[in-house]
Amino acid sequence: MTGRILVIDDEPAIRRLVRGALERAGWTAGEAASAGEGLTAARREGCELVLLDLGLPDRDGLELVALLKAMDRAVIVLTARDATAEKVAALDLGADDYVVKPFDTDELLARIRTALRHRSGQAGAGAALAVGDVVIDLVNRRVLRGGEEVRLTRKEYAVLAELARHPGRVVTHAMLLRAAWGEAHVTDVEYLRVAMRGLRLKLDPDPADPALLRNEPGVGYRLLV
Amino acid sequence: MNRPSRPSPDALLKAARRDARGKLKIILGAAPGVGKTCEMLREGAELQRQGRDVVIGLVETHGRAETEVLVTPLEVLPRRVICHAAHDLAEFDLDAMLARCPDVALVDEFAHSNAPGSRHPKRWQDIEELRDAGIDVLTTLNIQHVESLSDVVAGFTRVRVRETVPDAALEDAEIEVVDIPPDELIERLKAGKVYVPQEASRALGHFFSKANLSALREMALRRAAQAVDRSLIDHVSLAGEQGNWAVGERLVVAIGGQPGSDQLIRAAKRYADAMRGTWSAVSVETPRTATLGEAARARTADALKLAASLGATIATVPARTVIEGLRAHMAETRITTIVIGKTRRSWLFELRHGSVVDQLVRELEDVAVHVVPVRFEPAADAARVAAPRVAPGKFAAALAMVALTTVGAELAKNVVGANAIDLIYLLPVIASATLLGLRASLFASFVAALAYNFFFLPPLYTLTISDPQNVVTLLVFGVVATVASQLAGRLRRVATIGERTATENAAIAAFGQRLAAASDEESTARAICEEIAGLLDVATVLLARKDGQVAVVGASPVQPTLGALEVAAAEWAFDRGEVAGRDSGTLAASDWQFHPLETALGVLGVLGIAAGAARDPLPAEKRVLFATLLGQAALAHERLQLEAEARELGVLRERDALRTTVLSSIGHDLKTPLTAVVAAADALAAEHGESVTARTLKSEARRLRRVFDDLVEMTRIDSGALIMRAEATDLTDAVAAAVHDLRAELARHRVVLDVPPSLPLVEADPRVLHHVLVNLLGNAAKFAPRGSAITVAARREPGVLVLAVRDEGPGLPPGQEQTLFDRFARLDGTDMTGGTGLGLAIVKGFAEAMGLGIAARNRAEGGAAFELSWDEIRLRKAAP
Repeated sequence: MTGRILVIDDEPAIRRLVRGALERAGWTAGEAASAGEGLTAARREGCELVLLDLGLPDRDGLELVALLKAMDRAVIVLTARDATAEKVAALDLGADDYVVKPFDTDELLARIRTALRHRSGQAGAGAALAVGDVVIDLVNRRVLRGGEEVRLTRKEYAVLAELARHPGRVVTHAMLLRAAWGEAHVTDVEYLRVAMRGLRLKLDPDPADPALLRNEPGVGYRLLV
Repeated sequence: MNRPSRPSPDALLKAARRDARGKLKIILGAAPGVGKTCEMLREGAELQRQGRDVVIGLVETHGRAETEVLVTPLEVLPRRVICHAAHDLAEFDLDAMLARCPDVALVDEFAHSNAPGSRHPKRWQDIEELRDAGIDVLTTLNIQHVESLSDVVAGFTRVRVRETVPDAALEDAEIEVVDIPPDELIERLKAGKVYVPQEASRALGHFFSKANLSALREMALRRAAQAVDRSLIDHVSLAGEQGNWAVGERLVVAIGGQPGSDQLIRAAKRYADAMRGTWSAVSVETPRTATLGEAARARTADALKLAASLGATIATVPARTVIEGLRAHMAETRITTIVIGKTRRSWLFELRHGSVVDQLVRELEDVAVHVVPVRFEPAADAARVAAPRVAPGKFAAALAMVALTTVGAELAKNVVGANAIDLIYLLPVIASATLLGLRASLFASFVAALAYNFFFLPPLYTLTISDPQNVVTLLVFGVVATVASQLAGRLRRVATIGERTATENAAIAAFGQRLAAASDEESTARAICEEIAGLLDVATVLLARKDGQVAVVGASPVQPTLGALEVAAAEWAFDRGEVAGRDSGTLAASDWQFHPLETALGVLGVLGIAAGAARDPLPAEKRVLFATLLGQAALAHERLQLEAEARELGVLRERDALRTTVLSSIGHDLKTPLTAVVAAADALAAEHGESVTARTLKSEARRLRRVFDDLVEMTRIDSGALIMRAEATDLTDAVAAAVHDLRAELARHRVVLDVPPSLPLVEADPRVLHHVLVNLLGNAAKFAPRGSAITVAARREPGVLVLAVRDEGPGLPPGQEQTLFDRFARLDGTDMTGGTGLGLAIVKGFAEAMGLGIAARNRAEGGAAFELSWDEIRLRKAAP
């Protein structure tokens, strides 16, 4: 049977525990032990999000990411390896987020919520987004902090807008650079660092406890919501 | 404006070597009595006043109070007394000075020859050794003792000094000239202030003429100026200015067996120095030189040896003529200047052989030709004139040939007629010329003419010549004999030289093949010893270092027993990479001569050769062959060494790969149950309410994960599997992410970030830097008391950017600031806080892999501080 959320993992204990947590949180959930089983289950009506373990016995998890996105399912990748390149690859293939094992259940649930909200909010993308005292108005291309308009450079705005289009999700360096500087500059992380520095100064003044922008080392940035 | 170019590696290397070695300062004087020793002592005292440890190794005061006063304030090392030929000689005690090891040693008379039985024959070699030990040396020298100038000095003073110092020994010395006007020096001499040995006083009377002293003084000043010049060049090339300094002059001096070659060599050295070029000495081995006597060949060898000692590369080139040989050599070495000697030769010689000078000038267009007049005493040349002795057997053979021809001619007379008989007599003349050489063939032509006259010319059976035509016949015989024997002789010699070169080449090739086939050290050593012993007709022994000791690894024909002297010489060759033992500058009393096998990996072995006391183990004509063989032997050793290292590396790599694989698969297997444990703890909390049990379960699982990550990372560092992807990183970002990751551990501390936004971006691998920061913050959280502040501060210092993690904990145990980065280091009395002790070792490994500095210290206000530092080149100016 399939619920709203599908857990694909070859470890029965983890499947069972995660499913229990999901159901406690009020979602219906299904399980699959392999990639083949998972693909069949994900095709069924009503499946919205897949928790995908990348270390599956029968198929490369990254391949599955692309297939599941093609089915218009939200994907959160579970990975046991602390490999930056793998995370970036999954995100660039369209994964909505990643969680490193062993993960905190609350954190996993928060990520699922964000991904689901983003899915349902896709139609409404373009509306103004409020985070704390900062309002990002994508329609009028304005950013307010405490009601005051903040003057951003064009690049700073472009980066912030790209983050605001995926609130709560990690946006990779390449995606941000492509959006703000174009295809030719997808590896110029330096540009991005400088723009982020400007945004932080203007919008998020306490780096020890950022309220708006979080760095994911080696991967990208996340707009906190 | 031109940016200064980088100093060449050679220049830097030279500077580094100069810094490590002791400095040499030479107090140079034009003549004895100018006050060099006093100057040296004054300078020594001045250095002592500056706080340096100054010791006198040896000073000749000649009993003069003026000098002795200056000695008093300084420590004097006792001399070593050597008993030699019923005299006690008090010599400088090198070993005592090395043991005493002061900052500065004062050793008088740089050019002094040591008593027989000393380690080095010359004092300048003692001083070299002192400098190698890092001791600065002050010494004195008179200008006429400089090797390359000694001829010039002898030329105008008519006093030849035997004690000379090679120019190379002066090369990197600081030179100070003690200069007093000649008149004053003569005054001092008259006043008895100059020490002159009694027996030499008359000879020196001429030496101390005003003209001589003026000339010497000028030479001393010029030599000093040259030294200044050279150190300027060293300095300039170090500073990276590329001017017209490096002109790439290459000079070659052609030497033959003629006397006076040593003058030629010294002249060439002076030219090369003046041009600041490299130079070589070449001897061309032509068919004609093969006829020269033993004395001439010895002179060639001596000249080559002298050239080598003056810093030249030497070569022997086989060729048909001198010109051809020189041309071949020059084409190979891109020579710009050639120096040859002008010897007085008869016009007849030049007519026959052509003038080498003329031909050189005519045929070598791009090369400057220096012709140096060479003086020599004819007596010295007598040896060369001594002709090879002719065996009486050859004359008998010639006589027999003529007799045979006479019999034949007698028989043929009636058939061919008397007129053709003279032609038949050409046969023995030509045959003896080709087979027996010039003298026998001249003898044959004479006898043939007599026989022809006696038996066939009217009046028969008399030796009277009635017809002038017969005189002509006799002359023709003589000319034919001469020409034919010369031609034949030359052909024979060319064939011999060619044969020898071919033999040598074949030997070299065979040697190479045998070495290539040898796969282990033992068979390689055997091949080297046997082949070289056979080819050079010497005894050989090969030594290698085993566990710090020099040990014999091969020998031919028999395993020799090496005395202490030989072992010392072999060690020397090993340590210095220089030839030692017989006929060398070091431990020459040894019967063996030791040659280092020099490779890119250092000296890998030492080959000793010996040929008994009477014979030179390495005669001049064998040197090139030997050098080639030695080079091959060195290459073979290098190959063996590299193969061994590669094998070892292969084993290590396999082991590392295995370890990494095991760890990462265990990693996966471990993390899965850990994930389950954490999830189960969460489930427990959700179903039965948040409890201490659930919290402990979770935090312990997280800690286990960290420990495991540490182990895997440590393995990566060890196996070199750490792949760095440096990118521009904002420290604020990096620190914020680390603080976020550790929020649970840091919950009970106050985290203060002091990372100014104006700092430049840094180069770092984000994942690795993250790991470093997490470990440092985790470490601080572990030790600092609850509620205290943990500060992460970055600041710019000259040439460096420093990121510090500071806590207010108990600080580091004094003296453990370095050891705490060691693996599994646990701070004293702190294991209650847990951890593997790997954390800081990983921090260090990661930091070093990224090229960062890492340091730990106690803060004055209490607590510990860990500092990461980026040097200038790892900083990025913030882009627009």
